[in-house]
Amino acid sequence: MVTASGSAAAAASGSPSDTAAAAPAPVGESSRPRSLAELAGSVPDPELPVITLAELGVLRRVTEPEPGHVLVELTPTYTGCPAVEAMAADIERVLRTEAGAEKVEVHTVLSPPWSSDDISEEGRRKLAEYGIAPPRPGARASAPVQVGLSPTRHATEPTREAEPVRCPHCGAAETELLSRFSSTACKALRRCTACREPFDHFKEV
Amino acid sequence: MTATAPQSLATLPLGDDALILSQRLGEWAGHAPVLEEEVALANIALDLLGQARALYAGLSDVLGSEDEIAYLREERAFRNCQLVEQPNGDFAHTIVRQLFFSAYQQPLYARLAPVLPLAAKAVRETAYHRDHAEQWTVRLGDGTEESHARTQRAADALWRYTDELFEPIEGLEVEWQELAEEWKADIREVFGRAGLTVPQGPGKDAWAAGAGRQGLHTEPFGRLLAEMQHLHRSHPGATW
Repeated sequence: MVTASGSAAAAASGSPSDTAAAAPAPVGESSRPRSLAELAGSVPDPELPVITLAELGVLRRVTEPEPGHVLVELTPTYTGCPAVEAMAADIERVLRTEAGAEKVEVHTVLSPPWSSDDISEEGRRKLAEYGIAPPRPGARASAPVQVGLSPTRHATEPTREAEPVRCPHCGAAETELLSRFSSTACKALRRCTACREPFDHFKEV
Repeated sequence: MTATAPQSLATLPLGDDALILSQRLGEWAGHAPVLEEEVALANIALDLLGQARALYAGLSDVLGSEDEIAYLREERAFRNCQLVEQPNGDFAHTIVRQLFFSAYQQPLYARLAPVLPLAAKAVRETAYHRDHAEQWTVRLGDGTEESHARTQRAADALWRYTDELFEPIEGLEVEWQELAEEWKADIREVFGRAGLTVPQGPGKDAWAAGAGRQGLHTEPFGRLLAEMQHLHRSHPGATW
């Protein structure tokens, strides 16, 4: 298992007294009550605990139709993503323990579809820091990205990708694809040909 | 272009295609030639299972819960095409089946995207499935004599299930003939790069035209269903 660190771990613990301090409030200021959307958005992704659901861009709407009753709309990154159920359970727990919600309903919405473009700048930075190459921007506007192919018997020239995926470890642009599908559906497995380190790449979708 | 939303049961064949191919790909778990392929096939299976669940959820008013739709229907009630129920065979066989199906599903979803949220969501995922199948087809077809021969054999064996893909599904407004022509051109292009010969035989058997869409299936399908439905039928309501 990957161990979460820092504020992500604090938010995941679900302990009300600890997590209030996780909000980036200036020292000395009494902890301002966080909005329902902020609380739900602060839940770390179950499979990529370095980024929050807000940074991943999967949280669509948080409303409170009546006091104590919270409606959350969540969109999956991939259609079959098994993390959605864990996300819903985590959101429900945080809203119950930290906002005192009595009833939490989490609905999955498909439209408009999530795109890797929905990951925030901060989310991209954290992914790279964690060792995962972030998705290249502009996925929604362009056709699906073609991957390069190393030579076959008759095609001796490898095919090239238009924009390189950079190694999150050394920053080199010379990286190669090992597998289109990695530890989760949303990632591909690559290797840096400069520093030789393998790494995950969050695919453009 | 499609203009109107799919009618009530029109999406059932799409959900059944996704579920049954997902089940077939799941059979590779523990048997794939290399670890990366094990993971790739399982990920594709997971995407397809997610598609099936979303499509079934949209039919719950008519057909009941997702579990009822997947586990409690008889063979004749399934509307998947016969291509997806064909056994995995060797790796080349599975890859050619993936190529034939993903080169059909991806442009079909692209056409349905304006009226079917699931199609809009899944079309980009299926582009990765298609890319995976295309590149493996080239790798195998333009690989060793053995891999070439096996891939050609798979193409010849599976070709008879391809015309069925373009039998119109009632309730879906799609230019099926145009889709079929696009598919054939795409397959020709990939086969050209792979050094493979596009099969000359008819793309359907006389008895099998569109048969899966009418609920008529090939012999291996019964065994697939028995395995897939066994647990739920033996232990109704079982949970993890």
